[in-house]
Amino acid sequence: MELDVRAALERLALRLGGEGATLSEAHRLSGGASMETWGFAFEGSEGPERLILRRRSVPFDPENSRAISLATEAALIQATGANGAKVPGVRHVCDPQDGLGEAYVMVRVDGETLGKKIVGDPRFDAIRPALARQCGQALVPIHATPAPAGLNLKIVDGALELDRYEEVYRATGARRPILELAFQYLRKHLPERVEPVLLHGDFRNGNIMFDPVHGVAAVLDWELAHIGDPAEDMGWICTNSWRFGRPDRPVGGFGDYADLLAGYAAAGGRPIDLSRVRFWQMLGSLRWGVMCLTMYLSWRDGAEKSVERPMIGRRVSETEADLVVLLEQGL
Amino acid sequence: MITHPRTEELAQSVALWLEQIRPSLDPRNAFLARVAANAMQTISREITLGPAAEVEAVRLMAEVLGTSGTHAELNAELCERIQSGEMTVETPGLLAALSVIARDQIAIDQPNYRPEGSI
Repeated sequence: MELDVRAALERLALRLGGEGATLSEAHRLSGGASMETWGFAFEGSEGPERLILRRRSVPFDPENSRAISLATEAALIQATGANGAKVPGVRHVCDPQDGLGEAYVMVRVDGETLGKKIVGDPRFDAIRPALARQCGQALVPIHATPAPAGLNLKIVDGALELDRYEEVYRATGARRPILELAFQYLRKHLPERVEPVLLHGDFRNGNIMFDPVHGVAAVLDWELAHIGDPAEDMGWICTNSWRFGRPDRPVGGFGDYADLLAGYAAAGGRPIDLSRVRFWQMLGSLRWGVMCLTMYLSWRDGAEKSVERPMIGRRVSETEADLVVLLEQGL
Repeated sequence: MITHPRTEELAQSVALWLEQIRPSLDPRNAFLARVAANAMQTISREITLGPAAEVEAVRLMAEVLGTSGTHAELNAELCERIQSGEMTVETPGLLAALSVIARDQIAIDQPNYRPEGSI
């Protein structure tokens, strides 16, 4: 299919760059199963442009997906960006004329997204101690953005999220004592109700573009955005599955809880208790465990054929190893 | 069982071959070949570590439950007692047993994974 995308990008370069604009570069950046990211560039009448195409490569099923459409994603990036959030500029939302299916184009932001590099590459040694605080700051304008009307974003709280994932877990037929115990424990420790806000929904090391000098450059991958508890976005970046081998640094494998919370409060966010973040962190491990089970099932049931799927199923045990420690520690 | 080669050695030889051909593959298939090689390594570890881990899990679950049975029976019983609320994090010995079972399983699935609480 790569040739089709390339040809479509040539037409898109003409549409965006004006007559005579020619594609100077086009290559696929990520190998996701359902989402493609392409880097491309062209010389247009207004000068050179370096862009990113994000397109869905398999049909979107809004009924059965946690994700939002790419058009909704683009609208949220624009809305949060207008409110001061660090996001890539949206250059173009694709329509049928582009022949790219569901897709949009954003301005390319330079930096690093590979979690392992952020955590371990010496290029990030100098900035690393500042990143947890910056992540707290970065969440404030996102959470303060009024949810744009008409997008029908899902509203979630701790109890609803536990209901949803327990239903999915029961449907898998798997029997895992540690997951059972985590469901039970989290239900007994639901945080008090809080005014729900717009959430990124997948705020973790790997979905944030970091610059080695300036730190947080852009918050990417908005497909799981929804409305809910602000501590959910903080708990997810603290979930050990996204610390890339540095469990001693709870925020993304690069920083401490106190800096994340202080950065959030200093930028005007309503202060959040650590125990509330830990609730969502534990729920994050549990959710990732259930997601790993469902990815295995998509292979067993024949919906997906990739060897990646059953191997992700074996990642359930990593969440169990984390959950059992969190259950011992308490929130 | 045949020992020349042992089953885990067959799995390791496939993992090695997959790594050898990876450089000739396109990026997507190179990634999948690495995943497949990891799957072979997991199979190899399960063959060597799995039996002892299962014996240990059966012993620990039987002790916590005060009953006996196969791994599947004990595991199901444990899940039911937690789901019903009869067993909780306060139940003596439960978290300690689950901790050992989880550690043994991660040693098979992802020996390099560093769980929460590792220094």
